[in-house]
Order: sequence, then structure tokens, then C-alpha cells
Amino acid sequence: MTDILCKTTDLKVTFPHRLGDFTAVHGFDMEVRRGEIVGLIGESGAGKSTIGNAIMGLLSHPGQVSGGRIELEGQNLLDLSDAALARLRGRKIGTIFQDPMTSLNPLMTVGEQLAESIALLQDKPMAQARNMAAERLDAVGIPDAINRMNQYPHEFSGGMRQRVVIALAMAGDPDLLIADEPTTALDVSVQKQVLDLIRSICIERSLGVILVTHDMGVIAETADRVYVMRHGKLVETGPTEQVIHKPSQKYTRDLIASIPSIECCEERFRNPVKRTGEIDQWLLAGHKDQSTDDYVTASALTKDFAIRKKTFWGTSGSFQAVDIPGLSIARGEVLGLVGESGSGKSTLGRMMIGLVQPSSGSIHYSDHGPLAEVRSRAARKALRRDVQVVFQDPYSSLNSRMRVDHILAEPIRFHGLGERAEIPRLVGALLERVGLPPDAGRKFPHQFSGGQRQRICIARALSVRPRFLLCDEPTSALDVSIQAEMLALLMELRRSLGLTLLFVSHDLAVVRQVSDRVAVMKQGKIVECRDAEHLFETPENDYTRMLLDTAPRASGHKEAINLRSAT
Amino acid sequence: MLERIRSDFWYELLNSPVTLASAIVIALMVIGCSFAPVFAPHTPFDPATISILDNNLPPAWADGGDPRFLFGTDLQGRDVLSAMLYGGRISLLVGIGAVALSVVIGMTVGLLAGYFGGMTDAVLMRIAEIQFAFPPILIALLFNGILKASLPADIFAQAAVPIMILAIGLAGWVQFARIVRASAMVQRNQDYVTACHAMGLPTLTIILRHITPNIVGPVLVLAMLQIAVAIVTEATLSFLGLGTPLTEPSLGALIQIGSQYLFSGIWWVVIFPGAMLLVMVVAFNLVADWVRDYLNPRLR
Repeated sequence: MTDILCKTTDLKVTFPHRLGDFTAVHGFDMEVRRGEIVGLIGESGAGKSTIGNAIMGLLSHPGQVSGGRIELEGQNLLDLSDAALARLRGRKIGTIFQDPMTSLNPLMTVGEQLAESIALLQDKPMAQARNMAAERLDAVGIPDAINRMNQYPHEFSGGMRQRVVIALAMAGDPDLLIADEPTTALDVSVQKQVLDLIRSICIERSLGVILVTHDMGVIAETADRVYVMRHGKLVETGPTEQVIHKPSQKYTRDLIASIPSIECCEERFRNPVKRTGEIDQWLLAGHKDQSTDDYVTASALTKDFAIRKKTFWGTSGSFQAVDIPGLSIARGEVLGLVGESGSGKSTLGRMMIGLVQPSSGSIHYSDHGPLAEVRSRAARKALRRDVQVVFQDPYSSLNSRMRVDHILAEPIRFHGLGERAEIPRLVGALLERVGLPPDAGRKFPHQFSGGQRQRICIARALSVRPRFLLCDEPTSALDVSIQAEMLALLMELRRSLGLTLLFVSHDLAVVRQVSDRVAVMKQGKIVECRDAEHLFETPENDYTRMLLDTAPRASGHKEAINLRSAT
Repeated sequence: MLERIRSDFWYELLNSPVTLASAIVIALMVIGCSFAPVFAPHTPFDPATISILDNNLPPAWADGGDPRFLFGTDLQGRDVLSAMLYGGRISLLVGIGAVALSVVIGMTVGLLAGYFGGMTDAVLMRIAEIQFAFPPILIALLFNGILKASLPADIFAQAAVPIMILAIGLAGWVQFARIVRASAMVQRNQDYVTACHAMGLPTLTIILRHITPNIVGPVLVLAMLQIAVAIVTEATLSFLGLGTPLTEPSLGALIQIGSQYLFSGIWWVVIFPGAMLLVMVVAFNLVADWVRDYLNPRLR
């Protein structure tokens, strides 16, 4: 158990560029032993995936290893020719990529792909390889493997597909397995199963596993030892328990502290420090939130999507994405909407702000009346002003061809909320209010980081002085430390401006931090909707309980997995 | 985007000698042809300045050449170089004008079809497909023929260039409509467009201010390629005698005139205009290819 399988010494990776080389990894030392899972964690840009790729010899152009050694069983991989290295891939080193959608060939059956790899990597005749493929699929937990072999990747669910990818990575019986964000594209309930599988394979075959991830919860539940990286350098390393519970470096401490807890609601989000800007008066002008009735109420709401069913005359058939008897959001409340992918939570959110037309049912705003009766131009404009949205992807949600000040000025001008001469000042104040320098408006969106772009999106939503904000996974594309800042900003704005929020997310810990009330969705239906404290402490519905149990935590739970895979 | 142009545009351009050479050739041709009256050594189509005594002179460097006529003269004693510059002016005008017309029609149709989808899309794209089934040159021929038959001869001769622009432009819009439609369908579903809807912005503003700037990349590339195609189409029509009148010949018409004398040994009257057409078309194609690669960082 102690022999070292893979070792990097003073590894340097450089991406040459005409304006000066970019060093992605500065002298990195790592050891992987047989039968252990080594976690490599860091925020985006930390260089963690680059290390995985360097070991495989698959650095993307024009990256190159510019120093140090990578040893596999004592042999320096950097001395090998490309052909020799290619022979090692699959046979000695297996890989699992993030997205199971794109890492399988959609035109080949699953069995065919696996059998081909086995035949090639182990020099077996095709017939024998097919039999082995069935055994392998069975071993990674695919039920009815013999029959499912003849299916194509799109006929498998995300989790099942990732199991196939794992079987594929194991096709050449490698000694080292590199898993690059293997569960990031999966739902929580599936994530746990895939991690358990990787763990049990590691122990059974005494493999060395390098688990690259940004998620501390995944590391805590799976890895034996962890390397924390930042800006291409090692920050801290040690046994997982020690790094998580007694981190010695400030960066690690901050990283762990910024992970929202699923167990309790933290003070920093509950009672954020109230900030005020001169812009707040402008933001609150013209609103009189006297009434205490619900801001918006939906009743008997459904949404059907047409799905393609091949008939001679075209398409037919439909799929019910949302079907709820009723949902209301009180004035000034934060309602969290949780569910796995495909549960209809985004569709429901967009219906609540009138961006998607419901198939049946009605939505009633206390300030504007029923949505179906908001017909006149003026009424529509007033509604659009009151109800705004912040999206998940900070890249596609800003027009990359427009300068930031133009992006913010357009809605102010369109809704006539400011004199032409004072708009530049308002735009600057809005940017300042969301924590950006007021002169940020002179730049284009791509000159900002993901977190800054999300702040611009929030500023844009605020620019029309809304009362109700739909936040559609606003932090899911961000690093944890940025995520915490963003949640704090949203909560502070909500408090200062008295906004009503509908917060859609798949991340239970995030929802717990921000929500007053939580609705859990499954297959288009709300299975449980109660105030946050009670729902998280004493879930009544089985599905809610399952979600809560499978969510990765930065502490606990690891022992349980160890026990299970040992048996 | 702008930032990238500022920092990378010149670097990428200077690192591609072929593209740089093509760009210089295009620039020289555009300047030389646009200001033909300034640069041309003679006024080839003014009977007062030409002398029949100078007819059929070979290029200046050949035996019997005259230093006044670099590329020699034709049967009527007209300077071939000057005729090329004047002819190139018409070819470029028709090429760029026709593509501009195609872009305007194609972008309008493509944006409407791609943005609204459904019935609008179905109707517009079926029309486009019917048009696409006819070869462009056939449409230009047809259009040209109808106008020739319906307009009096003198007006038709005067309006030759606008008619060519109209004929070739109307034949070429379908490709633009298709590419714009595909891009508009992608952009329509981006979150920034949804954010515009959430702001309540009017549809026209969304299409013109938000979607259009995001689809100009592919349109620009196609436009550069299509300029070359339009120039060739114009040359073909003129060669067939359907294009510009002989009193105001484009490059195609010059080649047609010259081709009659090719076998009598007067090769320079056809070879030089032909070479100019070839170089012009190749240069436009090379620059268009480079622009496509430049706008798509993944190909770099």
C-alpha cells in the first residue's frame, strides 16, 4: 500500500505567448500511492486540470512541460517518445472526463465502444472482448448489462453514462486513474453513487486515483489526501481530515470558510452588513410597498412542451414540464426553489416573471393584476420594470458587443427613469452599488471575470428599480469564494431595498443560506414547500430527505463510505 | 472584441505574409481603379485622345513596344492598362454593390426568419430555397433579359451598371439569409436576449441593437467571398455580351473583346485583363479565409 505509483517533482507547465509566457504550474510536487485517492482542489485557473493533462501528455496546444519530472513506476514520462506515451495511455493511465455527454461517441453502441477499447488495449479477439465488456459494465453497476450493451449513449442517463465512461477508462486495466471533475455535470443524488464507485474500484484493484475537482464536499467524501492549489502553486497538502479540519494556511481556511453550510444558516448571509449608497433613494423612488398581501400568486399552473415524436406529418406529443396547484411569494420574502436538473424549476421561475407563457393556469401580481390581463403597452412596461431576472451564465447573459455603461443605460432610458444628462452618473452609482469601480462602464463585458460579470448582471436588473427578482442559479457558475460574495451582495440588496426574491438553485446549501421558505421540485411537481428551517431540519418528504442525505458535505460522511466499500 | 482587434489584429495580419500581400493587392486595385482617371496614363474611351496609328502595339518591353503603352494597345489603339483600370472600376463597383444589396436583403430575411421562427421562418425560407434552386447566373440572365426587353435601348445602356448590381445582388441574397438565420436562432436563445425581454425592450430594438452586432462576423466573411463570386459573375455576363456595353467595358467585356484576337498573336489584349481578374478574385478569397480564421479563435 505504500509504494509510490506516480510522482511529480518540481513540475512546471508553460503556455508560451507572444506577450510573455504564461506559467500555469510553478514547480509542483505530488505523490500518488497505490490504493489511495489523491484530491487536487483549487478554484478555476489554479492549474489543477493542467497537472492531470500533463501527466497524460495531453496538454492543449501550445502548452508544454518546461521543467521537472513526472514519474510513473519510477520511469520519467517526459523522456518517452510520443508513440511510447500513447501506448501508456489506457494501459497504464486511465481518464474520466467531466462531461459524460461528450466523452462517448454518440454513433456507436456502448458495448461496441467498450469492446473496441478492450480488444485494442489488451490484444484480445473481438468476441472475447465483447464478453469482457459485458462483465465490465456489470462491474460498474449497470443493470442488465448484456442487453444495455446494444444501446447508444443517449439512451443512458447522466449517471449511467458516467459509469460507462469509468468502465471505458478501466478497459486497459490501468494503474493510475485521473478523474477530472467526474461528477460536476451530475445531479447530487447521482454524484454520490459515482464517487462511491470510483472509491470501490480504487480499493478493489489498488489503483492510484487523482481526483481533480473544485468541490470541497467531493474531496471530503472521497479523497484520502488532498493537495490545495492556487495560481499554479501548492498551498497546502496533507490527509483530507487534517486539511479540512485543521487547515494551516490562510487560503485553505478562507476557502473552507466560504463554503456555505447545509447544516445551518450562517449569520453573514442572514444578517448582512447593511450598506447604503446615494443610489438607494433612486432605487426606492416611486415605490410604495404598503400592502402586506402576497407579491405574486400562481394557481393551477402547468407548462407543456411539444416533443418530437416522428409521425409522417411532423411532430406531435407533449411533455409536462411543470404542474403545480399553486404557489405564492410574500412581499419581501425569499423563496428558494430546489430541484435536480429537468425538474422544471427554471421553467416555473420564468413563468412566475412572465417570460414563459403557461399552458394553463394563472399568475396574479398584487400590483398589476392577473398576468393574462396585462395587455396594454403601458401596463406591460410597468410590469417589466417591476420584475427582473439574474441568470446563471454570466458569459451569455451580457451582450458581448456592448459596453457596460450602454448595457446599463439602455433600460434606464427606455423606461424613462432618468434625465439624459444624469444617466452616466446613475450608471456609475449602480456599478458602485454592486461593488464595481464606477468607471467599469467604459469596458466591455469580456474584460471582467465571471464574478464581476455577475455583478454587472445584478446592476442591470436593478437599473429599472425592480421589486421582484428571479435569480436563476445565480452562483452555480462561480467559484466558492466568489459565490459567497455574490450571495452576501444579493442578501444585502434584498435587505436594503426590500426586494422579493425567487431563488432557483440545485445547490441545497446555497438555498439554505438565503431562503425564508423553500419549495422542492421533482418532475414538474412541488413535493414539499415549507419554511426553510423546518424543511432542512425535519424534512417530511422522502425525496427531500434523499436530496439532503446525498448532498456532499465538507465534513462527516467519509467514514460511512469507507465502511461500505470495504465490505 | 474591440480589445482583441486592437492588440491582435495587426499581429495576426503581419504574421500571415500571404494575407498581407493579398490585402495590399486589394488596396492597390481599389485605389488604382477608384481613381482611374488620375492614375490611368490615357483616357481609353475618348475618341479624341486615341490614335488609330498606335493600334496593336505590343507591351512596352516587347519588340516594337512603345514606352507610352505599358501593356500595349488594342485594335483601335487604346491603352490596355488604362482600359483595365477603367474596367476594374466597373467590376469592383458591381461586385461590392451587388454584395451590399445581397447583404441587406439576406440579413433582413434571415433576421426575421431566425428571430420569429414558426410560420414566418417557414414561408421566408421556402422562398429562399426556391430561389436557391436556380443557378445565380441564370437569375441574373433572366433579370437582365427582362429589363433589356422592357427598357428602351439607350436607357438600358446607360443603366448597365445599376442593372448588373441589381441582377447579381438579387441572385446572391439566399446564402446571407441562411447564415444570418442560423446565427439569429442561436443568439435568440442566449440569456442576454432573454434579459432584454425581461426589460420589456421592443422587438426591433432587440433585433437591431442586440442581435445584429453579434452576427456580423460570419456575414463579413461570406461578404468577402461573395465579392469575388459577384465579380466573376459580372465578368461572365459581360463575356456573354449581356453585361456592360462596349463603350464602357468591364474586365469581363475586355476579356471578351480580347479573346477574339488571341489567335492572331495579339495576346496582350486578353492576358492582362484576365490576369487582373484572376489576381483580384484570388486576393479577395485569401483575405476572406484569413478573416474567418481570425474571427474563430479555435481554428488558430
